[in-house]
Amino acid sequence: MSDIDLRRRNFFKTSLGAAAVAIAPGILLFDVAHGKPQAVSGKVRWGMLIDTTQCREGCTDCVTACNKENGLSGGTSATDSQWIRKVEIKEISTGRKVSLPMMCQHCEKPPCVDVCPTGASFKRIDGIVLVDRHLCIGCRYCMMACPYKARSFVHEPLHNQNPDVPRGKGTVESCTLCVHRVDNGQQPACAESCPNRAILFGDLNDPESEISRKVRSVASVQLRADLALNTAIRYQGL
Amino acid sequence: MYFKNRLYYALLAAGGLVALAGMYAVHLMEDHGHVITGMNNQIVWGVPHVFAIFMIVAASGVLNVASIGSVFGKALYKARAPLASLLSLAMLAGGLMVLMLDLGRPDRIIVAATNTNLTSVFAWNVVLYSGMFALVVVYLWTMMERRINPMTKPAGFAVFAWRFILTTGTGLIFAFLTARQAYGSALLPPMFIVLSFAWGLAVFHLVQTILYVWNDKALDPAIMQRKRNLLGVFVIGSLYMVAVCHLTNLYFAQQVGFERFILVDGGIYPNLFWWGYVVIGNLVPLTLIYWPGLGKSRCVFAASLMVVLGAFALLYVFIIGGQAYPLNIFPGYEASSSFGDGQIAAYRPSIYEFMLGFGGLAIAFITTTVSVRVLNFMPQDKPYITD
Repeated sequence: MSDIDLRRRNFFKTSLGAAAVAIAPGILLFDVAHGKPQAVSGKVRWGMLIDTTQCREGCTDCVTACNKENGLSGGTSATDSQWIRKVEIKEISTGRKVSLPMMCQHCEKPPCVDVCPTGASFKRIDGIVLVDRHLCIGCRYCMMACPYKARSFVHEPLHNQNPDVPRGKGTVESCTLCVHRVDNGQQPACAESCPNRAILFGDLNDPESEISRKVRSVASVQLRADLALNTAIRYQGL
Repeated sequence: MYFKNRLYYALLAAGGLVALAGMYAVHLMEDHGHVITGMNNQIVWGVPHVFAIFMIVAASGVLNVASIGSVFGKALYKARAPLASLLSLAMLAGGLMVLMLDLGRPDRIIVAATNTNLTSVFAWNVVLYSGMFALVVVYLWTMMERRINPMTKPAGFAVFAWRFILTTGTGLIFAFLTARQAYGSALLPPMFIVLSFAWGLAVFHLVQTILYVWNDKALDPAIMQRKRNLLGVFVIGSLYMVAVCHLTNLYFAQQVGFERFILVDGGIYPNLFWWGYVVIGNLVPLTLIYWPGLGKSRCVFAASLMVVLGAFALLYVFIIGGQAYPLNIFPGYEASSSFGDGQIAAYRPSIYEFMLGFGGLAIAFITTTVSVRVLNFMPQDKPYITD
């Protein structure tokens, strides 16, 4: 029995304990964050078809839903974050008026991702353009580069955040296409909240999806299509 | 002598106070967020960027003096290469400091150093700026250490090439902005290079004049004459580049609205462009340089000062005016929203932005003042001009 090396045994015990202490919070936090073991699929490309003929002037239900879902203040001062906004446009030559929601267009070739120095702006394999809040240094170059003015900079300290949607003072943020909901099989908050069902969300890569069928059968456009960014958000009735 | 000594420390203390005020502004911006600045979600880059880009562009341009000496072998300029290199380092330090401390998360600067997105011109610039700093230090070393004097020429060549790429990189920050009407032009990098020549030489003139006066020395009129003419050529060259940039825009129907805004009815921006940049930054300096009977030391000093002021005016119009004009997301439509669509964005710079900007200038000032006192940066001209 004297062969037993107690120091060695103790070393193994301590190592095991240390490893458990190191790994446990990760496992627990993964659960808290509703993490999913399976990776996101590149076969999917999430997108939206927005029917502007169904979008009512003055209605801001999508904006309210977005603010609530993502813990935004809802303020509209020049320094407040607005992930989605209602834009009223009027054709100069004819006077025709259109109302539409505007948010990150989740480009296939996003200029924000190209210009980001640290790689904080990135495109998920399923086409959702996001900002990694841990890598963003707050240089705002992506805001300069975005053709749709879709991004906001957090100008003030934040309180009462939604744990599913972490944000941070001094970093840039924008519409995440409600990635935390989409990953759980739900619709983005704006799409769900629209009283006229003007926002159709779905997989643009699946030929059988409702959005794909609709995109095939009705005329729709991408904003600033001349830039050839191939946006995932399309507008009908423009 | 005693008075001068006192004055020197007083100047240094004043510079230190300004730098300290800059640090205090940074602290407040860190604490409260950028909400205390005038910058917002429409004007995302403000006055700090005007200061930073001026210093970085001038830091590159001031090396022109060194390049004419080391690369083209002109003795007159060679004698001034150490001072030019020092000014370059000082302004680069000041400019980068401002740029870095204006970040939303300056504490994450290490993230920028360890995570690189190769498609980002900002990431290239991290390499270009730090590389430039290192190269100029080596170049300065080869000039000041007699034993490695022969290395000055290759080091000078390297700096010469590097600063062209660096200023190209600075111009590309804007040239790569595909959707903004004010930017997104391939003319911008060369324009920035020519602007850097004028601004760098103007800064050099200012410092050199003060240095000569401080040391009770008079600059040889023949040398003054040549540098004065060079400044004139650079000013004309930069005005030409700016003019061509606006002219090409005026020809494109889709850009006319933006040009009208910047040149005619945009409030502060046309005023700053015409009075600040064209008149104070170009026409008056050119008159001071070329008008018969003028062009003396004082005139050139005043001209240089005005070129610098004009540079700030141009950068304000270029950076802030360029963002103030609304993005054209819906061509052919009028747009309005809660997020400033279709509207000219308002911007009122706050005191903190100026504190940060002047803080950067103060860092450049302190670096220069201390260095010229402890090391020999005074140009040593030969009794005759060989070239």
